[in-house]
Amino acid sequence: MGMDLNTKLRKFHQAKWDEPIIFELSRPGERGVLMPTADPGIEEAVGDGISSLPSNMVRKDPPALPELGQMQVLKHFLRLSQENLGADLNVDIGQGTCTMKYSPKINEQFATAPKFTEVHPLQPEESVQGILQIIHELDLFLREISGLDRFSFQPGGGSHAILGMASMVRAYHETNGEGDQRDEIITTIFSHPSDYSAASVLGYKVINLYPDADGMPDLDALKAAVSERTAALFITNPEDTGIYNARIVEFTQAVHEAGGLCGYDQANANGILGITRAKEAGFDLCFFNLHKTFSSPHGCGGPGSGALGATESLRPFLPVPLVESDGSGYFLDYDLPSTIGKIRSFYGVMPAVVKAWSWIRALGAEGLEEAARVAVLNNNYLFRKVMEIRGASAPYAEGRHRIEQVRYSWEKLFEETGVGTWDITCRLADFGMHMWSSHHPFVVPEPMTLEPTESYSKAELDEYIAVLEQVSKEAYENPELVKTAPHRSVTRRPGHDTLDDPDKWAVTWRSYLKKCAEGKRDRI
Amino acid sequence: MKTIGLIVNPIAGMGGKVGLKGTDGEDTLARARTLGASPESPRRAAEALRALGPVTERLSFLTAPGEMGEKVLRRLGEDPVVLEMEVGDRTFAHHTGEAAARMRARGVDLLLFAGGDGTARDVVAQVEDQVVCLGIPTGVKMHSAVFAVNPPRGGELAAEYLFGDAEHTRTAEVMDVDEQALGEGHLSATLFGYMTVPFRRGHVQGLKAGTPEDERAVQRAIAGGIVRRMEDGVTYVVGPGTTTAEIMGLLGLDFSLLGVDLVRNRTLLGRDLSEQDLLDHLGEGPSSIIVTPVGGQGFLFGRGNQPISARVVRRVGRERLIIVATPDKLSSLRGEPLRVDSGDAETDQWLTGYYRVASGFSDCSIYRVAAT
Repeated sequence: MGMDLNTKLRKFHQAKWDEPIIFELSRPGERGVLMPTADPGIEEAVGDGISSLPSNMVRKDPPALPELGQMQVLKHFLRLSQENLGADLNVDIGQGTCTMKYSPKINEQFATAPKFTEVHPLQPEESVQGILQIIHELDLFLREISGLDRFSFQPGGGSHAILGMASMVRAYHETNGEGDQRDEIITTIFSHPSDYSAASVLGYKVINLYPDADGMPDLDALKAAVSERTAALFITNPEDTGIYNARIVEFTQAVHEAGGLCGYDQANANGILGITRAKEAGFDLCFFNLHKTFSSPHGCGGPGSGALGATESLRPFLPVPLVESDGSGYFLDYDLPSTIGKIRSFYGVMPAVVKAWSWIRALGAEGLEEAARVAVLNNNYLFRKVMEIRGASAPYAEGRHRIEQVRYSWEKLFEETGVGTWDITCRLADFGMHMWSSHHPFVVPEPMTLEPTESYSKAELDEYIAVLEQVSKEAYENPELVKTAPHRSVTRRPGHDTLDDPDKWAVTWRSYLKKCAEGKRDRI
Repeated sequence: MKTIGLIVNPIAGMGGKVGLKGTDGEDTLARARTLGASPESPRRAAEALRALGPVTERLSFLTAPGEMGEKVLRRLGEDPVVLEMEVGDRTFAHHTGEAAARMRARGVDLLLFAGGDGTARDVVAQVEDQVVCLGIPTGVKMHSAVFAVNPPRGGELAAEYLFGDAEHTRTAEVMDVDEQALGEGHLSATLFGYMTVPFRRGHVQGLKAGTPEDERAVQRAIAGGIVRRMEDGVTYVVGPGTTTAEIMGLLGLDFSLLGVDLVRNRTLLGRDLSEQDLLDHLGEGPSSIIVTPVGGQGFLFGRGNQPISARVVRRVGRERLIIVATPDKLSSLRGEPLRVDSGDAETDQWLTGYYRVASGFSDCSIYRVAAT
């Protein structure tokens, strides 16, 4: 028996193991590996290996690690994996803005091959020419894709890259003697929220632009915002709503005329690869999340890489080191006069670099553009279909084409049935589907952001649509069913506010015990 | 066990069905009845109560007699505690006020009232912001931001507030318009107070944003930034609102929540002033107006802050306008511009354009102001 091919709905049920935390499985004395003692000859030659350590470096108590046999560890993690809906398991288009796509497994093999994993970043340059060549070539690829002149792979993610851009903006204006005067960074409310946050972290005053009456980025608002205090514009395009700002050149011109710089948040560039470039749009800086567009993959916590690019005139401000080639070989260049310095250890996140390099090599220029075109086609197919579902809408720029994603709204559904986004999110889990809950800022009521990328087949998109149709139907016919979901998942309905309350969650065993002891949360 | 106070204004909404702008006043009600209006409010209140769902078993009700709540609850099989009040066949505004005052005194976890702006106004006059209230929309006029989207959503929101994971409340304006003036084509809105209402915060919060700030914290941040930038020697006209109230609170000044105050060198020159009072003070040196949009329609001038008239704004100057608003408030405008209705069309036109709106300690938003 398989899924009903007419309704495209699965009779899904997730495994529910009720699995304890690994620390709770611990039994004193159990071991996964028994370390043999050294041969007498070895011990005679080098000692016991511990007594020669300075006493202040020898820990007094053994580490509080779980004690478990290998087989029990294996089962524990397999069970946990069955209680998840990972990117390789479900139609993961419900995680809009994250650019979930297929990450070919061959690239994992490259990144886990000993040739790569056994390289140490403190090795002499002449012994790591291979990895330096990969970094250099990826730099060349990204120059071609963006039109900018030089990339650094130091930032470990998108927000880190924005912080890098903001640091470069500050260094640039300080060099020109305008560091104190230019204290404002402009962004739009539908640019990624990190553009706001990272600029704020550096002490910049942030100016938010709201869309114009048609729901498009408002050029007149930008013109009202720029002044001799403008340090930069940080902007996403297309915005998180999927709306493309076709007047972007006028935006960057207005900022340049006021003496500011323009930083392009291209964390997600999936809909425009080979179609538009940062350079022609007038940007001085940009960055790409290798773990989004370039499939390295999006790990939801890492490893990520925010490849940070600059025009030639801003190259001296990039973080160090850059990888250079002198014809005979590759080397690390730390000699940048105005550099913002070192912002991450060693070369950056090299597994992401290797996988992105491999992904681009496999596709080539035509393949990259094809990926973008298919992603846009998929999205607009999905867009038409979702708009036919009762209770769904897509606010802002109504009736207009979207690029790679759409921020939908279930406001009408909520008003008519009381079923909102969170209910739908929970109910989708009953069909083996996932929908993410970040749609910040919460300007669109009852938001849902879908981004189908190029990887998902029409059959998969149709399945996702069928599930949404089903949940909408249930909302009108039996709202309680949706509002008490999930029913076939690993957990009962989670309270979302708990996630926002630091007293309630714990990310380590130690803090979990501490919060239980303090009575802030119950021991499970 | 939690207690819901229920007040139904049985005549609310009757005017609307027959094309009147409201149901305020005896004459209007009589006209509505003549035109064939029948009470809508009890039916819609019942819709909200039914939407409370299974949590009803964990609720007790305190209500007013007869049509003002008792009947609808009994019809739904509840056995409410009924306030001992004299209510005849016809209910009046003072009955709503009396019930609200007694519910405040006895203590309820949530006060549900079914009515419109007039009802909200009668309730807030008694409970101020000290009782969490929620309006079940059954009236004709609903300019106040204290009403649920519709009755069933109101019942669900009440249940979520009382028994959900987290209790979220905010203060919202109670506005009412003069029906007679409205009938003559003028919109004259008055701000009657601030009510504490539950709300469904941000639907689900953005994980990327970390712990979300509540609106009050943002208001404090805005106020902190404004106070820091205040200049000595400048006379500040401070309009009504909870955001501007934070500014006055931070300055340690006595202020009027609903009126217009004047501040210079961090001292209070006067509170709850009239247009003429303001003009009398504004002759002396530089001045500035600190104003926040009032009401769901985003009015900067002409709703609830009428003393800041066209003449006052002209005297101060366009470039000396300091607009403050939380991002939530701007978002609630759904892309509509801020509006001005100063009473003088030429001034309104002169005021249009883009402004910086202080929306954080040092952050701002660029937002458009349009004439009505």
